[in-house]
Amino acid sequence: MTNTLWGMQITAEQLLTAFGDTLYMVALSLLFSGLIGLPLGILLVITRKDHIFENKWIFNSLNPVINILRSVPFIILLVALIPFTRFVVGTAIGTNAAIVPLVFYAAPYIARLVENSLLEVDKGIIEAAQAMGATTWQIIYRFLIPEGLSSLILTFTTATIGLVGATAMAGAVGAGGVGDLALSYGYQRFDTMTMIVTVAALVIIVQLLQSTGNIVSKKIRRR
Amino acid sequence: MIEFQDVKKVYETKKQAFEALKGINLTVEKGDIFGVVGYSGAGKSTLIRLVNLLEQPSEGTVLVGGKDLTSLKPKELRAEKKKIGMIFQHFNLLNSKTVFDNVAMPLVLSGTPSNEIKQRVEELLEFVGLSNKAKNYPDQLSGGQKQRIGIARALATNPSILLCDEATSALDPQTTNAVLQLLKKINKEYNITILLITHEMSVIKEICNKVAVMEAGKVVEQGSVLDVFSKPQTDTAKNFVRTVIHDEVPESFLKNNEKDAPVIWKINFVGSTSGKPLLSTIAKKYEVHLNVLSANISEIQETPFGNLIIEVTGDKREIDETFQYIKDQGILVQEVVIND
Ligand SMILES: Nc1ncnc2c1ncn2[C@@H]1O[C@H](COP(=O)(O)OP(=O)(O)OP(=O)(O)O)[C@@H](O)[C@H]1O
Ligand SMILES: [Mg+2]
Repeated sequence: MTNTLWGMQITAEQLLTAFGDTLYMVALSLLFSGLIGLPLGILLVITRKDHIFENKWIFNSLNPVINILRSVPFIILLVALIPFTRFVVGTAIGTNAAIVPLVFYAAPYIARLVENSLLEVDKGIIEAAQAMGATTWQIIYRFLIPEGLSSLILTFTTATIGLVGATAMAGAVGAGGVGDLALSYGYQRFDTMTMIVTVAALVIIVQLLQSTGNIVSKKIRRR
Repeated sequence: MIEFQDVKKVYETKKQAFEALKGINLTVEKGDIFGVVGYSGAGKSTLIRLVNLLEQPSEGTVLVGGKDLTSLKPKELRAEKKKIGMIFQHFNLLNSKTVFDNVAMPLVLSGTPSNEIKQRVEELLEFVGLSNKAKNYPDQLSGGQKQRIGIARALATNPSILLCDEATSALDPQTTNAVLQLLKKINKEYNITILLITHEMSVIKEICNKVAVMEAGKVVEQGSVLDVFSKPQTDTAKNFVRTVIHDEVPESFLKNNEKDAPVIWKINFVGSTSGKPLLSTIAKKYEVHLNVLSANISEIQETPFGNLIIEVTGDKREIDETFQYIKDQGILVQEVVIND
């Protein structure tokens, strides 16, 4: 019990490591789920009826898959994906292993949020783009994304915060992180101080993320 | 320049098919400012959107500069679209981009070098009188200013055709007029053919040389603006003309003279004939009394266009001779039928 902080059963070092783990998991899973979710969200928008890349087949197969994935509770996803995780990462335990279910959890979520953000873009803008003779790709990155950007920023803020919450549960597969500390020390060992500190830390992280997201989004909208 | 040949457009909705255009034949010549007027739902927007293939025709052909755009490969179609500018009722500018970047967009899309873009955009902003707004965002502009930016953007790729879908419908009368004058200037200075649609006859009167009147998916009347304004054939056309040219016999007057029905004539002057001192000649030549009930004169296509409503009293034979005399002068005259 050397080197403890404020009467907690954990050391400052443990807390720092946990912070690092959380950050690592959130950042990597955000990166991968963004890389998957963003294109899927765009696809959900442009393949719908009367849009620039109308395709019944893609839309009607993508839509239910995303709904199904979105409705599976994270903790079940975590367990159900163990074989797949082991196949991809080599192990089903630990920080890296947690990233796989986190991506499965966040990617469809992001796809849906991206879809909503881009559907807000005025149809008239797309019409103007088509009248100018823009290619489908040009319409996406020169019109849809810039016009939906401030909304997209909020989307990714929401997704990031969702991931912070999900990493806490990933503690169940020994993923580490701040949430894991809160569960294994604060909750299971009745270490109230650790509970308070870790939860406070999570609150601060979430607050910071949300404020940053709001500020950036506002800045883009209004210049 | 633009030719519609038996064009039909059917919108397939889940429940039923709706025929928005029922066989359109229309020719817009090079240099025209061609106006299409019609009530809401007549199919005007559908019509104009067929020109740059924002909608596909269900039947028939639309030729633009002699080409059927539906037969082109995607790449050729995009190139062709750059020769057709379009402006919209709600402007459709990118709110996330500055005025400069909005106007530059069509050039950016075609990969124009940035120094050329800069020069061209500055030129265009100068032309529409908004050089000082280059760094502003669209939401910092008034409606009229936004439409000028829309116009500048539409002209960026040096099109030969400009399509205007209710381009002034969201603007107040003064601003509307300024934008219309700008369109006229574009037509004259750059020799750009303009196809515009509107539900306001005043817009047609202000700048168009040709007009088509649409109703329920059909063109019910078309011709030179002067012809349609002076001799509207259909009820729809008459109603539209009436919104800008008031030649109604005052209601109260008709009621006051129930006993012996008065003879009332409606006289239209077009062009040079309007200057003739018709009334004084008649007064000298014939034994009739003339009472002017209403008179107004306006200008259509830089041609004076007037109408006069007069009550004529006197001997029946004299009246008939006078009527014939007016007709012989090549002036449009008609008797107003007074129904009990
Ligand atoms: N995408 C569509 N699907 C189904 N019906 C449509 C569609 N677009 C237009 N219509 C129908 O076609 C008819 C003509 O529409 P259009 O927009 O061309 O009229 P408009 O003359 O431009 O009217 P407005 O003055 O109100 O703009 C309307 O009855 C409209 O409901
Ligand atoms: Mg319309």
